[in-house]
Amino acid sequence: MTTNTKTLLNGIFKENPTFALVLGMCPTLATTTSAINGMSMGLATMFVLVCSNVVISLLKNLIPDKVRIPAFIVVIATFVTIVEMLMKAYTPAIYDVLGLFIPLIVVNCIVLGRAEAFAAKNSVGLSALDGIGMGLGFTLSLTVIGIIRELLGTGSCFGLNIVPDNYGMLLFVLAPGAFIVLGLLMGLFQKYVKK
Amino acid sequence: MKKLESTLKNMMLSLTCITIVAGAALAGVNMLTEATINAQKEAQKQAAISAVLPEHARIAEAEQVGDFVIYRAFDANDRYAGAAVQAVTNGFGGKIKMMIGFDAENRIVNYAVLEQAETPGLGTHIVEWFKNTAKPGQNIIGRQADGKMTVSKDGGDVDAITAATISSRAFLSAVNAAYAALNGSDANTGASKQQHAQPEQVETVSTDAEQQVTNDFVSQGK
Repeated sequence: MTTNTKTLLNGIFKENPTFALVLGMCPTLATTTSAINGMSMGLATMFVLVCSNVVISLLKNLIPDKVRIPAFIVVIATFVTIVEMLMKAYTPAIYDVLGLFIPLIVVNCIVLGRAEAFAAKNSVGLSALDGIGMGLGFTLSLTVIGIIRELLGTGSCFGLNIVPDNYGMLLFVLAPGAFIVLGLLMGLFQKYVKK
Repeated sequence: MKKLESTLKNMMLSLTCITIVAGAALAGVNMLTEATINAQKEAQKQAAISAVLPEHARIAEAEQVGDFVIYRAFDANDRYAGAAVQAVTNGFGGKIKMMIGFDAENRIVNYAVLEQAETPGLGTHIVEWFKNTAKPGQNIIGRQADGKMTVSKDGGDVDAITAATISSRAFLSAVNAAYAALNGSDANTGASKQQHAQPEQVETVSTDAEQQVTNDFVSQGK
């Protein structure tokens, strides 16, 4: 396997942010009440990850070590605010649901973690690939959790009703369901995927 | 290129430049999206207004009454046809903002929830629950508004959403408050109604707020 594909797949399998690194649990638990919400949150985070990884990798020699954390945070916060404004303008329905959690991407450990651990030490191209891989890993995990919670909780999938009316295991839509689904998926992931 | 040393001059220069560029980028995106964001909000509001109003020919200028915005509608003969009232209240998970439509006799025509952050699967049912004409117990469409609508648990005749009494109470209190605001500012229907409806409304709202606080407290405690 070349370095490129390795970097790309790293975020999806070996170092999957949700199931292997267990980072960014706040948005993971809170926004996965439905498949579409989880996926949107994942994509927003992925955009921020890729952009901040590229910019930080470009600037890595211009940022003195002692001020690297504030510099990284400013870069990340800028992209998060851009995403927020774009979502408000073009996908207001999704923004209404995720609104509260979008600004919190700034403090998502995955974004700062990848900036510090990867982008600050690697080339621009590899950093972009790392951002895409990590972002995809995060998006896939959140979508899977969202699908399971939506299906068990309200009997639909991506908003489409699958189980007839009045079905609902509300536990799975509420907070405890998030922990149960996350825990079980994490166990399965560790057993079968992460080798 | 070699990495910059962590001297005071370098650190200040580097951070200043980054923040200036970041600020400029944000200002640019803000300029690009501001118009679209406002247009989206306006379109959403207009759609809600026309959805909740009875048949009408024109809508008068918006009136601001406290937290409420009233859009009065008139028919082709310029007779008062009804009004859409935008109301805000505190729900279980945050603010609930909605548009409620009344006809000329103060019957509820329709409502639309503009913003809400209720519990998914429970409180979020407010969006549809009270419009279910097949279930008269929970339906409020076509009911005569009197500013005193309450859930059956509180002695009223509206069935609350299962397992979401707080959201239901908040919803009804907003409908009542909207009615009070509409009639309080309407010279035709007389000021006596306002005096009657207003203080009661204040009471309902504060009880809800207390319950909200208690509930938040409990959920934090666990």
